[in-house]
Amino acid sequence: MLYREAGDYKKTYAEDSQTFPLKLDRYGYYAVLAIAFLVVPFVINDYWASAVLIPFLIWSIASLGLNILTGYCGQVSLGTGGFMAVGAYASYKLMTSLPDLNIMIIVLLSGVITASVGVLFGLPSLRIKGFYLAVATLAAQFFLVWLFNKFEWFYNYSASGQISAPTRGMFGFEVTGPSASASAKYLFCLVLVVLLAWVARNLTRGRIGRSWMAIRDMDIAAEIIGVNPLKTKLTAFAVSSFFIGVAGALFFAVYLGAVEVGEAFGIQKSFLVLFMVIIGGLGSILGSFIGAAFLVLLPVLLKNIMVGVLGWPIDLAAHIELVIIGFLIMLTLVLEPHGVAQLWRVTKQKLRLWPFPH
Amino acid sequence: MKLTKIAAYAVAGAMLASPVMAELVFPSLSYRTGPYAANGTPVADGFADYMTLLNERDGGIGGVMTNVIECETGYSTEKGVECYEATKDEGALIYEPLSTGITYQLIPKTTADDIPMLTTGYGRTSAADGNVFSHTFNFPANYWTGASVGINYLLSENGGSLEGKKIALLYHNSAYGKEPIRTLEALAEKHGFDLTLLPVDHPGQEQKSQWLQIRRERPDYVLMWGWGVMNQVAIQEASNIRFDMNNFIGIWWSGSENDVAPAGDAADGYKALTFHAVGTDFPMFDDMQQYVVDAGLASGTGEHVGTVLYNRGMYGAMLAAEAVKVAQEMHGTADITAGMMRDGLENLVISDETMAAIGLQGFAANFTVTCENHGGPGLGAVQQWDAASQSWSLITDFIAPDMDVIQPLIDADAAAYAAENNIEPQCN
Repeated sequence: MLYREAGDYKKTYAEDSQTFPLKLDRYGYYAVLAIAFLVVPFVINDYWASAVLIPFLIWSIASLGLNILTGYCGQVSLGTGGFMAVGAYASYKLMTSLPDLNIMIIVLLSGVITASVGVLFGLPSLRIKGFYLAVATLAAQFFLVWLFNKFEWFYNYSASGQISAPTRGMFGFEVTGPSASASAKYLFCLVLVVLLAWVARNLTRGRIGRSWMAIRDMDIAAEIIGVNPLKTKLTAFAVSSFFIGVAGALFFAVYLGAVEVGEAFGIQKSFLVLFMVIIGGLGSILGSFIGAAFLVLLPVLLKNIMVGVLGWPIDLAAHIELVIIGFLIMLTLVLEPHGVAQLWRVTKQKLRLWPFPH
Repeated sequence: MKLTKIAAYAVAGAMLASPVMAELVFPSLSYRTGPYAANGTPVADGFADYMTLLNERDGGIGGVMTNVIECETGYSTEKGVECYEATKDEGALIYEPLSTGITYQLIPKTTADDIPMLTTGYGRTSAADGNVFSHTFNFPANYWTGASVGINYLLSENGGSLEGKKIALLYHNSAYGKEPIRTLEALAEKHGFDLTLLPVDHPGQEQKSQWLQIRRERPDYVLMWGWGVMNQVAIQEASNIRFDMNNFIGIWWSGSENDVAPAGDAADGYKALTFHAVGTDFPMFDDMQQYVVDAGLASGTGEHVGTVLYNRGMYGAMLAAEAVKVAQEMHGTADITAGMMRDGLENLVISDETMAAIGLQGFAANFTVTCENHGGPGLGAVQQWDAASQSWSLITDFIAPDMDVIQPLIDADAAAYAAENNIEPQCN
């Protein structure tokens, strides 16, 4: 009754193969985009931008990247933190050596640089699989963090080893640096998220995505039917690292403003993005967003409820937050091991039949 | 039913419409959880207790009550940013983030938002240059002057010459730990000693390989720039390899009671730098006992009163309160804004009279803040741990740093920052 494709006839192949075939889905998507682009920038304040929306958008991009690699192509990677560091340092070197360059170009170039680094560290995937590949990418994580700590050229020989984002912008609007407005930063991240999610969705449902999924499901059979494992796995690493590099550049330049590689891009970040992908749902674009919301927004919400509304002491609130998040993660995985996106898919299936169960 | 609803809305409306009492808001970006909690908790307690004392004993500062808003950062820069954004619109007057990483983050943000930041004995050392860093203050001492004070102490212990000696720096592999390296390298060139650098990764639990290297190389002295659990582990490892504690000197953030407690008697003789006195032998602590501790208003558990880090937090609060008084006098109003607070900090004069009026005569060195110098004199003393009496005591007077070496480094670093961010000189 609510969610039907009855009576919704498609007259062209393009209409038939669109991402949101049902009208309700399509209109819902347009509504979300309209609110995100036209309403939120005018009502947002600094706190909502820096603590809630911008980190959510940035981590969505990172988890989209890891979902492509781990969810669609089946290559487990624990090097996400290191690749984000590559994106951040690449954007820092570009911003400081080419001061007149547009920030959008800088971010996309950082993604390209990270993609080439990702391809390099993806070469072991041609010989090893599963947990062994996870260990090889773990090596990438530690190696990259050590690299950015060791060679002073990366942080422009500063005494402290920290990198700070200078003020850069596009079309006259400042996007990085302390004087950038919350709306400008938010809109910049939103444009990138929509663009990259569109690219990810279309890559994953096209020929390349199908070859990734073939490698994931049974790589020997895939090789037999003609899927080139070298090209497929390396494109997965390249595209995934591009996304993660863009996320890292945004994390440093737009969100934090100053970063220290050991603390900001440690192994904790690699685990965080992996958990986002697993809890959200492997192999699902919506799942990346759900996982990012779960692990980024829920702690902030809990802290504001416990400290702001209930007035509990801050250390008690911090400890209870860990307990609650851990419990929710366990609950989610026990009830639905395929992630929250699977819960959503099942809900949609049931809604198509509602109120008739058969 | 309808009448009670209208009455309820009327009361709510009246409550919303009632005027909010003016307050002096001091956000406290503290960490009571995580690997640095053991050291972060006493500092936050000292800060909160001093502000409570001012409320209870004096009715606030200049008649306006103080309000400390605590926000948990866990020593993480991301949570530090979130806490800053959450508290800055509450009328925050000053930020003391107690983390060099968060300080670096907040320097451009606080400057853009016109809120001053006071980083006593930590943070970005080149912020001492007030021409470039208009909103950041790090009096009375900072890491480069601390490194120089340590070397000057060692010079005095060695008859004025460190030629041929080996000094190892064991440092936390973060912005905080890397701060003194440049100064120590310059001093190594000047005085002819060998400097070995030994980084320890966060959180500092694993130090076996660094101490193995120390045991092999046998440096004459080890300087430590540690924080949190790294301090405790380092002192224990030092006692394991039977390193002479008299030659082991930590910066002021590595010299607190909980750092030496795990090693027990083996930590006897461990030295640390400090920029204020230790213990509770000052009249102000009697007031603290009466108005705060005995009245049950102490922050946290109340067990840290008088410890080294508690005193440091209290000192930070004291400096902020004195700056508020200066700002209130300068602008002729008790209800000051953050911009006025910045002016107060820039014109702060700590003299014998000021300290005596607070009840802390002799607690720390006197200094004057000027527009060009936000860093104070950089004086430091050496304190030593006595395991038998379980107490710290100062073993030297306040030693001056070697500003001939440090000032050019500060100028160079500040100039580089100004060039990168297009900052014009602020003082005329």
